[in-house]
Amino acid sequence: MVDGSDSQSQSPSVPPAIEVHDLTVAYGTQPALWDVDVDVPAEKLCAIIGPNGAGKSTLIKAMLGLVKPLTGWVQIFGAPFAKRRSWVGYVPQRSSVDWDFPTTALDVVTMGLYGRLGWLRRPRRRHREEALACLDKVGIADLAGRQIRQLSGGQQQRVFLARALAQDARIYLMDEPFAGVDAATERAVMELLGTLRDQGKTVVAVHHDLQTVPRYFEHVTLLNMRLVAAGPVETTFTEKNLQQAYGGRLTALTRAADALLANPPLDRE
Amino acid sequence: MEWLASPTFRTVLLGATLLGAVSGVIGCFALLRRQSLLGDALAHAALPGVCVAFIVTGAKHPLSLLVGAGAAGLCGALFVMLVVRGSRIKEDSALGIVLSVFFGLGVVLLTRIQKMPAGNQSGLDQFLFGQAATLLEGDVIVFSVVGVAVLVVIALLYKELKLLCFDRAFGAILGFPMRGLEVLLTVLLVVVVVIGLSTVGVVLMVASLITPAAAARQWTDRLSRMLLLSALFGAISAAVGVVASASVSKLPTGPSIVIVSSALLLVSVLAAPRRGVLWAALRARRTAHRVRAENLLKDVYRWCERRGDFETFVPLTIVMGMRGEPGRRLYRTRDRLVRRGLLLVDGDQLKLTRQGRREAARMVRRHRLWEVYLVRRLELPADHVHRDAEAMEHALTDELVEELGALLGHPEVDPHGQPIPPREPLTEPTK
Repeated sequence: MVDGSDSQSQSPSVPPAIEVHDLTVAYGTQPALWDVDVDVPAEKLCAIIGPNGAGKSTLIKAMLGLVKPLTGWVQIFGAPFAKRRSWVGYVPQRSSVDWDFPTTALDVVTMGLYGRLGWLRRPRRRHREEALACLDKVGIADLAGRQIRQLSGGQQQRVFLARALAQDARIYLMDEPFAGVDAATERAVMELLGTLRDQGKTVVAVHHDLQTVPRYFEHVTLLNMRLVAAGPVETTFTEKNLQQAYGGRLTALTRAADALLANPPLDRE
Repeated sequence: MEWLASPTFRTVLLGATLLGAVSGVIGCFALLRRQSLLGDALAHAALPGVCVAFIVTGAKHPLSLLVGAGAAGLCGALFVMLVVRGSRIKEDSALGIVLSVFFGLGVVLLTRIQKMPAGNQSGLDQFLFGQAATLLEGDVIVFSVVGVAVLVVIALLYKELKLLCFDRAFGAILGFPMRGLEVLLTVLLVVVVVIGLSTVGVVLMVASLITPAAAARQWTDRLSRMLLLSALFGAISAAVGVVASASVSKLPTGPSIVIVSSALLLVSVLAAPRRGVLWAALRARRTAHRVRAENLLKDVYRWCERRGDFETFVPLTIVMGMRGEPGRRLYRTRDRLVRRGLLLVDGDQLKLTRQGRREAARMVRRHRLWEVYLVRRLELPADHVHRDAEAMEHALTDELVEELGALLGHPEVDPHGQPIPPREPLTEPTK
């Protein structure tokens, strides 16, 4: 089932960052994920792809303990999420919050520090400075005082990224970090993710743009309620697997992916 | 008017003001969580509790009435939760059901009590619209203690409650018990509603929760300031309302408070900077002025350009004909441009100053570059692009225009063959 995951050997000293074992999740009577097993390798850029309703976001949410699985479990570096909270940073979908909320960009980023602050303690100047440094890393320190509705879509996404950076995690889980952002933000985000990986962090992102998968990611998980395949992009991001994940519905897309694989698109811009 | 100075009245006033502040604060959270109606449902749900407490104890003990109201309110909240979880009924319908069922029951019980021997004197109907004047000093002390306790809890858990309202899932990931915080917030809401009932009344309680919060939201983009402002608005409304209802006989307190807070809300919706209606209208007017000024400059420029002569004066009637603008409006636009030193006037004729010409060239450049862009990149026919460019020229920034120019390889003519003014401001050849 896990196509080609052994074709690119990983150093055996690095255990999987996330281990998903026999995971089944349902919303009411509506199944979302069936018997999914995935090992997400550490220190890699990993994509989760699949058609709409394939359970991509659900998989991320299950990794974060936000949805309760019917069966199966998830472990982060060998322990349940509850024991690894401080190791995991999260970038939710942009549409998941009310952007009219009376708060500033800096304020939202500071929320990334709440976990470390714990109960009752208020963020102090040193925490706000730390949050500002995170905003600077995503290139919008100058917008710190803006109410968040007055930011563009790309800037809002950067605020969420900065908040995850403030969590100072080892694994970053991101739900569609490239959805509805401008080209400049996409480049900036990708650069940032590369930096994180070079620092030994693991990045897992739900991704919807098949064209950029080979360019942006090293590891890919293909979902369609069940696991279709997971492994290094070179061996797993194949026409056969894509067809299986997307069914016959998106033949144009699978052909596009095919064409891309034939001509490695590294210098397209 | 000596009642104003009486210690009893001052106690009541103080208590009501504090209550107003507290409900303003808790109302902010309800508003931001989009649970404005929950307060309404809880207030109505509390009424049968008050009645049952009276029937059981046979007297109007403040504490027992409070306990009854609180218990019924919590029942209502629980009921809403069960209905939402256990059925396909949505939350707004569940709130409506709870509100009407509990309130209906309360009114039936109230009628019963009126017919009881001790009922006539019970004064329980004050709970419908509130009557601060009937408060006893003991009530006020109890209310104040509870109100301050609510404020202290909110101050302590400010960070956690903010997280709950803004991004619940993120809070859960950080390890904060979001469900617990949610229950706590609902309990606080019930407590505030219950102690607010006797001043504001069942029917209008929701207004004292939501109105100050909605007004405060208009003025600030920070949660902390919104809470403070809302508390202030709530306190002012309550104080003014209580004084008003005490000075006019038989005027119930609730409606007076609500009238004051609604007035505050009205002013806020109209006048607040950025979010206010007047502010938006003012901005729209300013934009309209700018657009008209830019158009007039451009029209004069184009006429001169066609004649190849920027030095002669242009009759205003010609410019008037170009756009069919009403004359009076055109005069006003002209006068504004004269004041800015962009136009010279000689009787009914116009001429661009050097600065005006530079400004006009900037607009024409935007317009024509955008036309080139539309024709080349979007492959629109040349006769389709003018109207679009007419709108875009007022929106484009200089930075964007230069990016556009570079993208298109710095074209020199537009799709209609007219020259695109160069980037640098026109410099007059030195004679």
